[in-house]
Amino acid sequence: MPNTASTPPSFQELILRLHAFWSRQGCVILQPYDVEMGAGTFHPATTLRALGATPWAAAYVQPSRRPTDGRYGENPNRLQHYYQYQVIMKPSPAEAQALLLESYRELGLDPLLHDFRFVEDDWESPTLGAWGLGWEVWCDGMEVGQFTYFQQVGGISVALPSFEMTYGLERLAMYVQNVENVYDLDFNGRGVRYGDIFLRAEREYSAYNFEHADTAALSRHFADAERECAALLDRKLALPAYDQCIKASHLFNLLEARGVISVTERASYIARVRTLAKGCCEAWIAGEDAARA
Amino acid sequence: MPEFFLELFSEEIPARMQARAAEDLARLVGEALAPLAPSAVATFCGPRRIALAAQVAAAVAESRSAERGPRRNAPEQALAGFLRKHGATCAQLREEGAFWVLDKVSPGVEAASLIAAALPPLLWRFPWPKSMRWGGTSAFTWVRPLRRILCLLDGAVVPFDLREGADDGHGLASANQTEGHRFLAPGAFPVTSAGAWRAMLRERRVIVDAAERKRLIADGLAGLAATRGLAVVDDPGLLDEVAGLVEWPVPLIGRIDDAYMDLPAEVMQVSMRVNQRYFALRDALGRAAPFFAFVANITAADGGATIIAGNERVLRARFADARHFWDLDRTRTLASRVPALDAVTFHAKLGSQGERVRRLVRLAAVIAPFVKADMAKAKRAALLAKADLTTGMVAEFPELQGVMGSYYALHDGEDACVAEAIRDHYAPKGPADAVPGNPVGTTAALADKLDLLAGFFAIGEKPTGSGDPYALRRAALGIIRIIRERGLRLPLRVLVAEAGAGQPARPDVEDILGFLAERLRVQLRTEGARHDVLAAVLGAGLDDDFTRLLARTDAVAEMLAGEDGANLLAAYRRAANILRIEERKDGPHDGPVQPALLEAAEEIALAAALDRVAPVVRAEIGHEAFTAAMAALASLRAPLDAFFDKVTVNDERPELRRNRLALLARVRAAMNMAADFSKIEG
Repeated sequence: MPNTASTPPSFQELILRLHAFWSRQGCVILQPYDVEMGAGTFHPATTLRALGATPWAAAYVQPSRRPTDGRYGENPNRLQHYYQYQVIMKPSPAEAQALLLESYRELGLDPLLHDFRFVEDDWESPTLGAWGLGWEVWCDGMEVGQFTYFQQVGGISVALPSFEMTYGLERLAMYVQNVENVYDLDFNGRGVRYGDIFLRAEREYSAYNFEHADTAALSRHFADAERECAALLDRKLALPAYDQCIKASHLFNLLEARGVISVTERASYIARVRTLAKGCCEAWIAGEDAARA
Repeated sequence: MPEFFLELFSEEIPARMQARAAEDLARLVGEALAPLAPSAVATFCGPRRIALAAQVAAAVAESRSAERGPRRNAPEQALAGFLRKHGATCAQLREEGAFWVLDKVSPGVEAASLIAAALPPLLWRFPWPKSMRWGGTSAFTWVRPLRRILCLLDGAVVPFDLREGADDGHGLASANQTEGHRFLAPGAFPVTSAGAWRAMLRERRVIVDAAERKRLIADGLAGLAATRGLAVVDDPGLLDEVAGLVEWPVPLIGRIDDAYMDLPAEVMQVSMRVNQRYFALRDALGRAAPFFAFVANITAADGGATIIAGNERVLRARFADARHFWDLDRTRTLASRVPALDAVTFHAKLGSQGERVRRLVRLAAVIAPFVKADMAKAKRAALLAKADLTTGMVAEFPELQGVMGSYYALHDGEDACVAEAIRDHYAPKGPADAVPGNPVGTTAALADKLDLLAGFFAIGEKPTGSGDPYALRRAALGIIRIIRERGLRLPLRVLVAEAGAGQPARPDVEDILGFLAERLRVQLRTEGARHDVLAAVLGAGLDDDFTRLLARTDAVAEMLAGEDGANLLAAYRRAANILRIEERKDGPHDGPVQPALLEAAEEIALAAALDRVAPVVRAEIGHEAFTAAMAALASLRAPLDAFFDKVTVNDERPELRRNRLALLARVRAAMNMAADFSKIEG
């Protein structure tokens, strides 16, 4: 079993160790972004900072909302709200893979005892107009992270390629703690379990996402966010505009969970969000260029 | 001869790209170093490196050649262009007759210089299917970051780097260093030859030869399985992939929790093979065994216990997920899911899956009598065929569509034939896949494919040379295979028209039949059969009963393979040739033959033979006795040969010439009843 020597780290201990490790690598340790989003990549610290020629390194935890993955708290492996640990370094350091493996060692996974592998995974986010090449990182057959070298964001080829690492914290913690049900995770090492904090939320949000979200209101909010984003872009306010883009993306996810988006509509919603993302990315770069000039 | 050795060491290369990369490297190096006549070329590939070793000439000798330039009186630009092309000046030219001549000397070049100059451009334009940038601003791309270039000529580094203008090429330059296993032997070390590279990497836990890794994996897995009285299910594709995922293969076996052994075999297979790259095991009786085999990339300190436990855990979680869907899906019947298909889009212009199902049911009712399928069961199978698209399992594993429907139908107590047909209605999914096993499945499969063709032809989405996004060629080939392998007599024209009648727009039926006939011809060519004979038979009219069409094709091919047939074909061509030429002058010559104008014994005999043979051919073709029809045709050979031997067609008396041409036109018409023999090749 993993980490036989000592007590396995609690959920929050994992986060603290990752913070300490990536802080030592020169990363800015940020806090979660305060807008609902589907993945840590949407955080402006990744999406926007991946663009332009200014070097950047950051690490943060980002709550990620995937409304369609909700299971009313009844599936031991699936959540509609979970935590990603996100690292971005621009330009990508030559020792990126080694750093990553070092971080797993910090969490108690010894690469001489486990089978670590880099398995092809081309990453793409149609809503962000972003893609990159990299791998799923496997430990003993389990995906414990996603490693990507960004090539394009917002439809724009990056000036300096970043390396992005995403750890799925719950899955990683389940592995390190040898727990088969996410709700049984030891959260703080003092008896508080993951389910004590989040089980009720999973039940209530699953009901909201699948049954009770007001779809007419969500559609209106989507249109509002889209309009607001465009208006803010006219005023070259890239960051507030980008907030509206993230909101539109999340509203689309909610509408999809409610099952009111047909396959053809789906493609058009994605294209609309991508247009917003592209505008925000262009506005962000223009602002950076203006600041340097 | 000196040894040339090149290793390109990178971060992990996708398994599916490795073998191709090694081939590309061999080809490109072969071209770039052609002046050094590389021989004994060996390539190696694996997760972190592709490499090449070869014997090359030590140098290219100096060579001289005379290049003839433009005429001396040619415009000045012509001479300037010639000089620019050869990098020469006027002073180097001499006169030879009316031309300028340049005596060129290509100086000798050492192998190392040639290699150092050739490799950077080769690496800059290496044809990876998808490549990427990394690190700084360099535009040099590779499949994943390239970390080291090891390049030796007889043990000495061939010095070059990847700089190009202002681009730093990631600072990469050739050296004599490589690295061993990432965890078991970290760090760089120097290498002096291909042999040493192989041996030293083996000591450092890297097997560089993909074929050897495959052998080690196959033997290792088989040995482990045998100790438990089990056998590994043969899976060459998976073996190839796994050999590309490890540098130091360590086969291991894990246990499957008994609680999951009742999941459908296909569900277990997807979780194990697709998601985890695990091999399945069978016991001595061929039953699925509660074990799985896999390959680690490391000899672990604890003998692999942690690794096995981890992989068992992962599989348990995957099976738990699958079990969740399996149990949940079975709480509702397949039949109760059909209405929900109205909300599932099939194609924007072709409506929902619900509408498609209604078309399939109608079409199945038309097809069923022709394949002797039970009408009620055929309609039931068509109705339920797509219902599993709304199940959780198929949403999770789309490749299990049809298969899950079949399991759920059995669970609902549907007829076994219906359940089998739900699974088989997608069949055959490819050349290796079997056609449906029972008539109900055959009906459903034909309905599915005919609807697909009719629908997409109706909205103008025909396959093009470059693209076939809706896999219509595969659908057409599926119809052809089902007809051939089941010997079906189908009025395709009627069925295609029926399929078209349900579409939002009417497709062109003949267009679809032509598409099917063309796929049949391509298929025959693939099989090495006489596709030109099929084209000839199609030339006599598009018979929509493909079984009859093929029987006729076989008979014609068989006749042509005989001596009479071959000679008859030659005589036919002669007749057709004469007719073509003469008809251009004053044709056509297809009027009746005047018996009174028949003069020579041979033309009288030929006319008599035609009078006898033509009705026989027509009648035999009429009741599908194609071999008899061809035998009758073949009997024309002797009188036709005798005719050409003794009779001059272009007689000086115009009325005789005209009559003889009419006789030849009758020969052509008689043969055209069977096939358009002008389309026969060879």
